[in-house]
Amino acid sequence: MRSRHGSMQASAREGGLVIEAADLVKAFGGLRAVDGMSLSLARGEMVALIGPNGAGKTTMFNLIAGSLQPDAGSIHVGGVDVRGEGPERRIGRGVGRTFQIPRPFADMSVLENVLAGAQGQLGERMWMNFLAPGRVAAQEKAAVDKARDLLAFVTLDRLALEPARVLSGGQRKLLELARILMADPQVILLDEPAAGVNPVLLELLIDRIVALNGAGKTILLIEHNMDMVARLCSRAVVMASGRLLAEGPPAEIARDPAVIAAYLGDVA
Amino acid sequence: MIDLLSYGAFFLSVALTYAIISLGLNVQWGQTGLFNVGIAGFVAVGAYVSALLTTPATADHLGGFGLPVAAGWLGAAVATGFVTFLVGALTIRLRSDYLAIATFGAAVAIHLCILNLQSVTGGPFGIGFIPRAFAGLADRPVAFSLANLALLAAVVLALYLALEHLARSPWGRVLRAIREDEPAALALGKSAVRFRLQAFALGGAIMGLAGATQAHFIGYIAPDNYQPILTFQVWAMLIVGGSGNNRGAILGAVVVWGIWALSASAVAGLFPAEQQARAASLQIVMIGLALCAILLWRPRGILGEARIMSRHVLRAAPTATPPPSTKSET
Repeated sequence: MRSRHGSMQASAREGGLVIEAADLVKAFGGLRAVDGMSLSLARGEMVALIGPNGAGKTTMFNLIAGSLQPDAGSIHVGGVDVRGEGPERRIGRGVGRTFQIPRPFADMSVLENVLAGAQGQLGERMWMNFLAPGRVAAQEKAAVDKARDLLAFVTLDRLALEPARVLSGGQRKLLELARILMADPQVILLDEPAAGVNPVLLELLIDRIVALNGAGKTILLIEHNMDMVARLCSRAVVMASGRLLAEGPPAEIARDPAVIAAYLGDVA
Repeated sequence: MIDLLSYGAFFLSVALTYAIISLGLNVQWGQTGLFNVGIAGFVAVGAYVSALLTTPATADHLGGFGLPVAAGWLGAAVATGFVTFLVGALTIRLRSDYLAIATFGAAVAIHLCILNLQSVTGGPFGIGFIPRAFAGLADRPVAFSLANLALLAAVVLALYLALEHLARSPWGRVLRAIREDEPAALALGKSAVRFRLQAFALGGAIMGLAGATQAHFIGYIAPDNYQPILTFQVWAMLIVGGSGNNRGAILGAVVVWGIWALSASAVAGLFPAEQQARAASLQIVMIGLALCAILLWRPRGILGEARIMSRHVLRAAPTATPPPSTKSET
């Protein structure tokens, strides 16, 4: 059942590991939220990180995304040791994330939210707006076209010029997805993409995630909705009390007594 | 009539020098959310640098390099930008209220330095004989006032256009993103520290330029010009006009300076000479009352925050009717 390395090694041979987090530890005061957890993602994989509340999933996620630094253990992205790098450096390494509770720039337009995801914009250097206005404008125009395509991809194109604060919870999740796609990440970390999303939007969201994975993106998602995990992912990684509890195909995981006990609580 | 014209030009010129400071604060606070309570210190740096660069040689203190006024202004902006950068490099990671305390401390330190570094700054006696622009017109007061007003108006206009250009650029967009949600901006690869520091230094450079324009307009500077009351006045200007709005920053400067000037004449007219020094405190009360009244009437200032969008976005905005819903795809 605990085929911890089987499928991973198989896919690693095909495409190589893009994320290798080994023996991570992160403590908050006396609580070891992540306690010796390892997780690897092979190129093109779609993996679910699941576990009961308080298992340390979001902490693990924040460690991989660089928002938190591990107390021990190592993280490699594309073979490069990224310990000590802040969250703003991850996107440059091809790793993009969304948040459990979406964080749109509420007073900015939907389109500008997506534009903020663009990388390497000349116009983000203050002086270039005066020294090379033509090049800035050309780059910005290309970025606007790309952002509009991404908004069409997540069906928010009609709301492009509205402030992001008018969006519903589900639309905000879609906006976050478009915003991170603007940066062309190779790995996308999705923190509970389905939470609070109405069924119609959820189908759209799943459809888009599948399309992205089909286009070669590596995806790690935290999700409680096991139906969605079973539909999307070839592999699920289960955490409990900051450690790896089980790993394998979602259908097997769902039958694992240890996983069931962890979710339902130890009633013995 | 000529007196009125001359006074009007004088009043507006002083108001415009404050408008420059207010524009600098708008970059820091309005666009980036940096709580700078050390404005007076940064304005002082600009004023003293420009004074030292442009005054004639003297034995009283360092400097007296006798450079042209324009060189003084440029030097003031560069030097203050650099000083602000250094202060920012130490403090920019602090949360807003702690940044306020740190910048206030920086301003007090700057004030004490210029008060005590007598060999550089002239100490409590300040620096006089600062060359004034259009000195050749000094014997024709109206022409002199109008020429100065035109120059300051041109500076304010140029700054306004440049700052609007920046606000609508990708750089301005990143500042707004960081102000609205720093973790989200970080996740998009935007280094909050780097952008904040740039905005802080740019705002500081503009404040330094303002200090220089004031110094050359009045012709004399002393440490007492750069007390915390100056910081308070500029904050009142930006809040009254509308934080986050460059036009608001300029309008607020004119309105608050108007209240200040009017209350000064009211104090002069209503109180006997021996009471006037104490009654001058009423001017600060007047500003406070005006601030309260305007915030009750318009909580986001007279003009409020402008909704700024990239000019490229607006240019690319569809003018035709929006396309039909694409939800049928699902």
